[in-house]
Amino acid sequence: MADFLFLFRGGRPESQDYSPDQMQQHMQKWGDWIKALGEKGVYKGGAPLSLDSKVLRDAIVSDGPYAEAKDAVGGYVIVAAETLDDAAEMAKKCPIFETKGVVEVRPITAM
Amino acid sequence: MSDFRNQGSGGGPSDHRDVTPSEGTASGTMTIPDLDGSGGQATDRHDAQGVVDHFFRHESGKLVATLTRIFGLHNLELAEDVVQDALFRALDVWKLEGIPHNPSAWLTRVARNRAIDLIRRDGGRRTFAPDLDTLQGWTLSYTVDAHFASGEIHDDQLRMMFACCHPRIPAPAQVAIILKVLCGFSVAEIARAFLVTPASIEKRITRAKSVMKKTPGLPEVSGRSAIRDRLPAVQAALYLLFNEGYHGSHSERAVRDDLCREAIRLAILLAEHPAIGSDCDALVALMCFHASRLAARVDDAHHLVLLADQDRSAWDHALIARGADYLTRSGVPEPPTAWHLEAAIAGEHCMAPDFAATRWDRILGLYDRLLVLRPSPVVALNRAIALAEVDGPEVGLTALRSLAEHGHLANYPFLPAAMGELCKRLGRDAEATEHFETAGSLARNPQEREVFRRKAS
Repeated sequence: MADFLFLFRGGRPESQDYSPDQMQQHMQKWGDWIKALGEKGVYKGGAPLSLDSKVLRDAIVSDGPYAEAKDAVGGYVIVAAETLDDAAEMAKKCPIFETKGVVEVRPITAM
Repeated sequence: MSDFRNQGSGGGPSDHRDVTPSEGTASGTMTIPDLDGSGGQATDRHDAQGVVDHFFRHESGKLVATLTRIFGLHNLELAEDVVQDALFRALDVWKLEGIPHNPSAWLTRVARNRAIDLIRRDGGRRTFAPDLDTLQGWTLSYTVDAHFASGEIHDDQLRMMFACCHPRIPAPAQVAIILKVLCGFSVAEIARAFLVTPASIEKRITRAKSVMKKTPGLPEVSGRSAIRDRLPAVQAALYLLFNEGYHGSHSERAVRDDLCREAIRLAILLAEHPAIGSDCDALVALMCFHASRLAARVDDAHHLVLLADQDRSAWDHALIARGADYLTRSGVPEPPTAWHLEAAIAGEHCMAPDFAATRWDRILGLYDRLLVLRPSPVVALNRAIALAEVDGPEVGLTALRSLAEHGHLANYPFLPAAMGELCKRLGRDAEATEHFETAGSLARNPQEREVFRRKAS
């Protein structure tokens, strides 16, 4: 078993013209998906990321990619799985696909 | 805007109000649920119930009302933008972090902070509510916070309701703007409910907003005369809203129940306010009585079930009790208002244990008085139906025929339907069939057509 990171890219709900009710339903789906991961015992953590960011190149600080950038990372989840394929399988039901987002799955390399 | 009121009361042999299709039974009582916070670690928070139904929608309404109080009515769209942003933020964060302990407070805080930011940024160039001209510097947060205190929010929603019923806003636009800003519906949702295009709703809303732009402040709700003046319009708008949910043409069931729910919720808000109170109790009672029967009006095969045939155990008796409460509170004013009479009539139907036990003599008396206040053909039709129950089908038919002669209800299917029903009772089958066929030709949707078709055979 190893840890894997889900990076959630894009899928900003603003682009969907959701009504307040639809936003709530969408949020409910995320809640259900994460709850399901918890019930399988594979959920290790997760958090949203604020869209503020800074980027440093050559130790020079500048403002990070803007929120509107299509693939801005909005949050992450960490799961436990045997293989990368298994982890990817878990991501298939992520509600981000409804809002045209992307999930990037990366192994957290064991030392 | 005149007819809708008279469709309020339950009818006789053919309850012509039962026209809404259903995908299943309506949900239980129409009480407004209490907010349930949740806490704990990430998955615990995702484990918890989650926010209650329509939370985002209702919070949206509350927050827009409060922000409009601060920003002024002419900045309504700014208020809407701030609230929209807050909801998106909540969606972003809660979907991964789970729902916070006090979701309402969280949203309020985000909206408040964004509002303050905007005021700071635009302070020089923008005007706010006329009595809040000192939205500067150190008083800013204090003033904004005072407005977000919950007592104020309650009043802000009422103020917004009165603002939406401005006399220069046409009735359909009043209902649309109430749904949009007070109830948090999207334009698409409103369009579906009214069976018109979103563009048409946009137009109504733009119309309403352009009237509002010329009125920087919100009305006061402390019993001043402006409130008394506008109260009838507010009640009418709420009843129009309720009616749309209850009787509206063939459409999605879920949205229609929501309309009834929202109308009741807002009417209760009105009725509970000390300055407004008892004038609205009858309206709440009327809505509760009608709404209690929603589940029984359509059977599993999506067929309309007429009042006489409805399974009364499927009626929401808690809601009926609530209606009875409000009816009692509304008192027995002399002379009674049309709301009182309609509520009393609806109450007679709801409290009768079965169709046969209905106190038609009382209902007839109430219709007699209602007809004086609202001399409309639909009221006359309903009265004639009650008359038939008390004095027999022959007498009822005479009354109905005179209505038909005057041509008022030329396209209303329930006039020939009622005549058909009474002919049937007199054994005049051929005549009955003819009447039901006429009714069928005037039917406005498949459900109505089906009922008349079955009666004709």
